[in-house]
Amino acid sequence: MSLKVSDLRVYYRTLRGDVRALDGPAFTLADGEIMGLAGESGSGKSTLGKSLIRLDGRMKYVGGAVELDGDEVPVWDDRKMNDFRYKRISLIPQYAMSAMNPTRKIGRMTAELLESRGVRFREVREELNRRIELVGLDVDVLDRYPIELSGGMKQRVVMVLSTLLNPSLLIADEVTSALDVSTQRAVAETLVEFRDRRFVKSMIVVTHDISLVYQIADSIMVMYAGRLAEKAPARTIIEAPRHPYTKMLISALPEVGVKYAEKRLTGIPGSPPGLLDPPKGCRFRARCPLASEECEEQPPFVEVERDHYVACWKAE
Amino acid sequence: MLKFDRVSKVYRVGSFGGDELTAVRDADFEVRPGEVVSLIGESGSGKSTLGKMALRIASVSRGAITCDGTDISTLRGNRRLKEYYRRVQGVFQDPFSSYNPIFKADRVFAVIRSEYHRGVSDAEWREKVRSALDVVRLDPAQVLGKYPHQLSGGQLQRLLIARALLLDIDYLVADEVISMLDASTRIDVLNLLADLKARGMGILFITHDLALGNYISDQTVILHKGSIVERGGTEKVFGDPLHPYTRKLLASVPQFHKKWEEVEAELRARELADTGSRDYHLSTAQEVPGDLVEASEDHFVQPFVPGVRA
Ligand SMILES: Nc1ncnc2c1ncn2[C@@H]1O[C@H](COP(=O)(O)OP(=O)(O)OP(=O)(O)O)[C@@H](O)[C@H]1O
Ligand SMILES: Nc1ncnc2c1ncn2[C@@H]1O[C@H](COP(=O)(O)OP(=O)(O)OP(=O)(O)O)[C@@H](O)[C@H]1O
Ligand code: SF4
Ligand SMILES: [Mg+2]
Ligand SMILES: [Mg+2]
Repeated sequence: MSLKVSDLRVYYRTLRGDVRALDGPAFTLADGEIMGLAGESGSGKSTLGKSLIRLDGRMKYVGGAVELDGDEVPVWDDRKMNDFRYKRISLIPQYAMSAMNPTRKIGRMTAELLESRGVRFREVREELNRRIELVGLDVDVLDRYPIELSGGMKQRVVMVLSTLLNPSLLIADEVTSALDVSTQRAVAETLVEFRDRRFVKSMIVVTHDISLVYQIADSIMVMYAGRLAEKAPARTIIEAPRHPYTKMLISALPEVGVKYAEKRLTGIPGSPPGLLDPPKGCRFRARCPLASEECEEQPPFVEVERDHYVACWKAE
Repeated sequence: MLKFDRVSKVYRVGSFGGDELTAVRDADFEVRPGEVVSLIGESGSGKSTLGKMALRIASVSRGAITCDGTDISTLRGNRRLKEYYRRVQGVFQDPFSSYNPIFKADRVFAVIRSEYHRGVSDAEWREKVRSALDVVRLDPAQVLGKYPHQLSGGQLQRLLIARALLLDIDYLVADEVISMLDASTRIDVLNLLADLKARGMGILFITHDLALGNYISDQTVILHKGSIVERGGTEKVFGDPLHPYTRKLLASVPQFHKKWEEVEAELRARELADTGSRDYHLSTAQEVPGDLVEASEDHFVQPFVPGVRA
């Protein structure tokens, strides 16, 4: 097992109170596992990624534990996290591409990034070149400015940089969402290749493109309103989901060929609860067609069959 | 009608602007009222550049964009521009860059109010905002009065869509507006766009998601390296893709029942079966520069040299 997250709670402090964006997820990642992370927008996916790297000033560790390859990850201790950040856990943030400094050449930016992590650019230069070529780029990208590269090229550069030190865990937050399908595919396949070559041991791939992540992921985990709804092998999530939210999410995905004029797809009526003061019990209750009295109690996230976890009273 | 009349865009790049980069070449198509046109193409193919030109954020280098016959580059003066923006608005790809981080996110609404809805009473305005948020499924209590960094990517993007809804516009440029949304919210937003279309709005829908493009659009334009390689009625382009690039894109669409390798194998088999009966060979075909040809009614394709099989 490479990652173990137990009841991790991280809230955002605001003037009006705590936003309970990450409210106790518990899951594990096996060695070599690529896990897709999906869920409603605002359900805490990026917060989970950020929590495993750095809590910014507004984020508050409330409880829970994280273990990586048997070592405790001190997410609450910003300084101690230096041993993990980038070296053992690496994050490609949402919008990493557009955050690239437009006035710096890629090479210079890389050198600065590495030096800031205490790594000598010269020492890794050879490996960097090798990997740049491996992802199908020319080493002269290092002499170019971000604006001169296409989105797919930039994303591949970002992937190479974030995994240069062979971290155990890579969290890729929406790395394919702005790309066209064939570039998405190339980027997704690069992720798999990085895993196969052991550049990274396990991965969390945050995405709204479930059909894309299904192509590469071993498992898919679904979040809802700061909590976990379901985690299972990728095929099971698609073919036999058990949580009502997952079911509705999957059925909202159009297959190629469906036309609005012929078949109007429907989303999930209603909206997720506010996280400032979330209701007691199952957070999907207000939108769930199966909700009943017992759902006023929070359902536990339990294994209903091998490797298939669900948080729903009706999922047995 | 929003018409792109052989539009090109050349950017000056390099240290002293000495090099040229042609981001769009001779793009020729139109967005009619009550019609959704999907613009599909790989990253860097010039989709956002086309959208930006329509919104006058980028200038047109050659050709012209006209709105009901008026060349938009001739619109001068605040009043005429404002009139134009009252009719044509855009929602952009990366929501974070559309906000000023030091202001609360809902300032984007206040700006619309002071520009276009001065006479509206507070109560009326609140109601307008509330119903626009409702349409994009945002809870006012969760998003109003917050700074951009306090909101998720999808929440910010939906605020921008709601903002565009506050104006009674005729044309909308929607640049990857759904990429940061979850599947169920995507469908809601798409259905919303379809409703707007039914009310007569023309929409330029830039997307990477072919399934969604197919779901909603009447016309499809496939852009490759700045040039249109194929366009026409959506059923034509999706149902009978002619250009090798279009075929390659369709083969990359992730599907549930098939992994990519299987789709590829099928494609190769089909191609093999096609040999002789058709002139198109997916993997080895080459593009030739030039105008599109009409392959059938409402279906245009850029001519290309059929590949020679190795
Ligand atoms: N700094 C902050 N202060 C207060 N609330 C915040 C802050 N940052 C995020 N939130 C809230 O926390 C929740 C989770 O946000 P997060 O960015 O993790 O969502 P997400 O699942 O990544 O969504 P998306 O799919 O839209 O990217 C959201 O409701 C968001 O509004
Ligand atoms: N301001 C600029 N100066 C110079 N070149 C630019 C500028 N904006 C865009 N380009 C270049 O023009 C080309 C087209 O860019 P554009 O942003 O239109 O592509 P896109 O199809 O929207 O791509 P994506 O899917 O990544 O958003 C790219 O090669 C890009 O690098
Ligand atoms: S616990 Fe109840 S409300 Fe929650 S998903 Fe299951 S049935 Fe629905
Ligand atoms: Mg996010
Ligand atoms: Mg773009």
